[in-house]
Amino acid sequence: MMADLMPVDFINTQTLFKLIEIAVILGLLIPIAAMLVWVERRMIGIWQDRHGPNRVGPGGILQSLADLLKILGKDEFTPKFADRFTFIAAPIIAAVTVLMSFAVIPFSDTIGVSNLNIGVLFFLAMTSLAVYGVVLAGWASKNKYALLGSMRAAAQTISYEVFMGLSLMGVVLLTGSFNLRDIVLAQQDGWFISTQIIGFIVFLIAGIAESHRLPFDLPEAETELTAGFHTEYSGLKFALFFLGEYLGVTLISAMSVTLFFGGYLAPSFLPANIANMIPALVWFIGKVFILIMFFILLRTSLPRPRFDQLLAFGWKVMLPLALFNLLLTAVLRLTGVISGAGDINHG
Amino acid sequence: MSNSFLKNSKDWQVQAPFPLLDEIHAINAGLKLERQLLIDATETYWIDKQHLVMLMHILRFELMHGFDLCFDLTAIDERVRENKLAEQVSDFTVVYHLRSYFRNRDVRIKVALSASDKSLDSVSSIWSNANWYEREVWDMFGITFNNHPHLARILMPTTWIGHPLLKDHPARATEMDPFTLSDTQQDIEQQALQFKPEEWGMKRQSKTSDFSFLNLGPNHPSVHGAFRIVLQMEGEEIIDCVPDIGYHHRGAEKMGERQSWHSYIPYTDRIDYLGGVMNNFPYVMAVEQLAGITVPDRAKTIRIMTAEMFRILSHLLFYGTFAQDIGALSPIFYMFIDREKLFGIIEAFTGARMHPSYFRIGGVAQDLPKGWDTLVREYVNYLPKRLDEYEKMVMQNSLLKARTVDIGAYSSSEAIEWGITGPGLRATGYSWDLRKQRPYGGYDQFDFEVPVGHKGDCYDRCRVRVEEMRQSIRIIEQCLNNMPEGPYKADHPQTTPPDKSRTMMDIDSLIPHFVNVSWGPVIPAGEVSVSVEATKGIMAYHLVSDGSTMSYRTRIRTPSFAHLQMLPLISQGQMVADLIATLGSIDYVMADVDR
Repeated sequence: MMADLMPVDFINTQTLFKLIEIAVILGLLIPIAAMLVWVERRMIGIWQDRHGPNRVGPGGILQSLADLLKILGKDEFTPKFADRFTFIAAPIIAAVTVLMSFAVIPFSDTIGVSNLNIGVLFFLAMTSLAVYGVVLAGWASKNKYALLGSMRAAAQTISYEVFMGLSLMGVVLLTGSFNLRDIVLAQQDGWFISTQIIGFIVFLIAGIAESHRLPFDLPEAETELTAGFHTEYSGLKFALFFLGEYLGVTLISAMSVTLFFGGYLAPSFLPANIANMIPALVWFIGKVFILIMFFILLRTSLPRPRFDQLLAFGWKVMLPLALFNLLLTAVLRLTGVISGAGDINHG
Repeated sequence: MSNSFLKNSKDWQVQAPFPLLDEIHAINAGLKLERQLLIDATETYWIDKQHLVMLMHILRFELMHGFDLCFDLTAIDERVRENKLAEQVSDFTVVYHLRSYFRNRDVRIKVALSASDKSLDSVSSIWSNANWYEREVWDMFGITFNNHPHLARILMPTTWIGHPLLKDHPARATEMDPFTLSDTQQDIEQQALQFKPEEWGMKRQSKTSDFSFLNLGPNHPSVHGAFRIVLQMEGEEIIDCVPDIGYHHRGAEKMGERQSWHSYIPYTDRIDYLGGVMNNFPYVMAVEQLAGITVPDRAKTIRIMTAEMFRILSHLLFYGTFAQDIGALSPIFYMFIDREKLFGIIEAFTGARMHPSYFRIGGVAQDLPKGWDTLVREYVNYLPKRLDEYEKMVMQNSLLKARTVDIGAYSSSEAIEWGITGPGLRATGYSWDLRKQRPYGGYDQFDFEVPVGHKGDCYDRCRVRVEEMRQSIRIIEQCLNNMPEGPYKADHPQTTPPDKSRTMMDIDSLIPHFVNVSWGPVIPAGEVSVSVEATKGIMAYHLVSDGSTMSYRTRIRTPSFAHLQMLPLISQGQMVADLIATLGSIDYVMADVDR
């Protein structure tokens, strides 16, 4: 039936290629997120003077696979008191929204699902949608811990996405475009981290808050709310939340790299012949990996603030900082102290 | 220092420069008090139950520097006791153990009750913490307290039939019919677990909002054991809470009544299961006092050294879990490594790790192993450096400070009112350490300081414990440098059976050996109460001997029991996250609460 409605030239080679590309990216992202679980556990283990998972496969590398098999073997349990449809939809939303965001990320000069002109806005929209996964999970569970967790998540995400968006506007000002590929290309002479250091810090903190990682893991604060919004979840549905969280970490790292660390570009101080020896994709993955390590290190070293402290920190410190950054960038840009890609068009 | 530096050590004794009786009579000449002389030199008076509240009011409020702490409140079922020791003794005795911090003096008040009228007036309006103690006495003995605000079971399930510490209540499963649970009974049990706010004097809604009730526990990552707190909340703010204990009750006091004096020592280990030999300490000292055994100096020093090691072990665990409750995941792993090293030393000394049952009546189980000093010296040099690291990692972390400073604070007078002892009391700035105020077991010969806080908040409670670890290291170092030579156990017939090799030679060795090994020692009739500054506060054993091979009544006064009772007071107005920080900072162990 669908075929009848489709234009005849729908399946041309270009579309086919795109579909394969999407499948490959999807097929790589999910195992990467799974591997990340192992990497994190090993790294935390090492930093905490213990081993971490080291039994399954060489160095424990297959631990995530074993965990996945275990989780697939579990009973697909939905509590009787839960709102069944929403309960099942929530983890799907959580995982899918994060995966959708990857569509706009330029992995290298040729790889990337979509060269969307409003890439930055698309990313912000998707992170806003992601909170629905958490909120609906808490609401559908009919569990008080879950409800408290999702209440925290809603307040936290709404507060933090305000200045997450603002922190990116400095980069947009410098580039004159919402297109992430344009943003990367604008960093050929120097990464935006050099001028947008405040923007980067604000973005990173907001990003940690969006992905619910320690020290901002309040929606699932284990010592307070047992498991927070996913208290009632098990099996594959829990795995989707888990996947969403680790994909979230990857996403925030990938976005930071794209926006502030030159994306897939080699550092400009490297001679071209050396830089070209390493493929763009490797540069990209390497940078993302370093940022992910930073996320993991944060998790091992910091305690968790209280809910009201977190919100106060957001509104009283982060928001003014983001606004200040935007203002400063605008002033510097107008006075011509720093130049941006937009200058080419407007002289 | 000489090898015999403990020679002039004297255990603290109650100095009574003037009798309390005169002071009381000066206020109310009509009160009829009768003194009873007991081995432990605590002034003990009998009063009839009509005048109890009047007397208590005088002791608490009307005396100059009155008895501000209700240290313990318990009862004894006297019905089958042979050596009653006083003519006032009737079927039941309710015992009040009071303390005046200012006078550094204790008094014990006893009330006799007959089996036909098991009721007396409540003193919970005089000491707030008497509330739970009276509930416990009701639960265990069926003695009713008139005018008590909420006289309900506290340790046993609400559906329990009978009162366990009565002498006619079975002590073992084999004395009862096989356990069955019918469907109807199961429904009743399930019903009993329902929380009905009205029963606790709570409302389901206020004018402006509906409250939600959150059941925190008995299984929750941060309640440190099986402990249930029902929270009345508005959003995330706690309006009120009800601590529900008893999930870890194992009848330790009842077991004391059928274990020989010696074979009860391993049970004491498991009271505060992080305290190890610290639990043996008050028990063996109490038995020694009953039997009149003098402990040799080497044994005293070994006891102090191992007890301080367990203080470090317990505090390190507290330190790590406290940080973890705040959300810092790493410190506990580093601290477990330190604990592991120290457990290695404990293992070398005793052969066991967490529950060594190392103390014996009259000394310790065995002498220190060869080369013990090298092990201890290494550790004494190692730990302070680690503590310096943790100082940066935990105590100076600004997020941790933001979470704990001014959170869960209470004043010194509140702490005394609720019977808070140990680091929880000293964090408020009240410098009262039993090891200093009433040195026991040789502590007066050691040079150490008593760390105090000043705000009484979560942060100070942690700070005090961190400093205590450094002081414990000092004490261990002094033990290390001045360990006396000599026997590790008193040569006393009650504690050491005759040499086994001689039992085949003469009947005078054979019979005492047989009796001592098969029955255990017979401890003279008497009553004694001994406290120590344990890891979590003051722990006391009140032992009643009826001149037999077993204790007639074993009362264990534990610090954690009192500490949890105060929870509603400090948690009101907190957020859930604050409550978790507060729980972490109290440092309780549910076995120590429920016994």
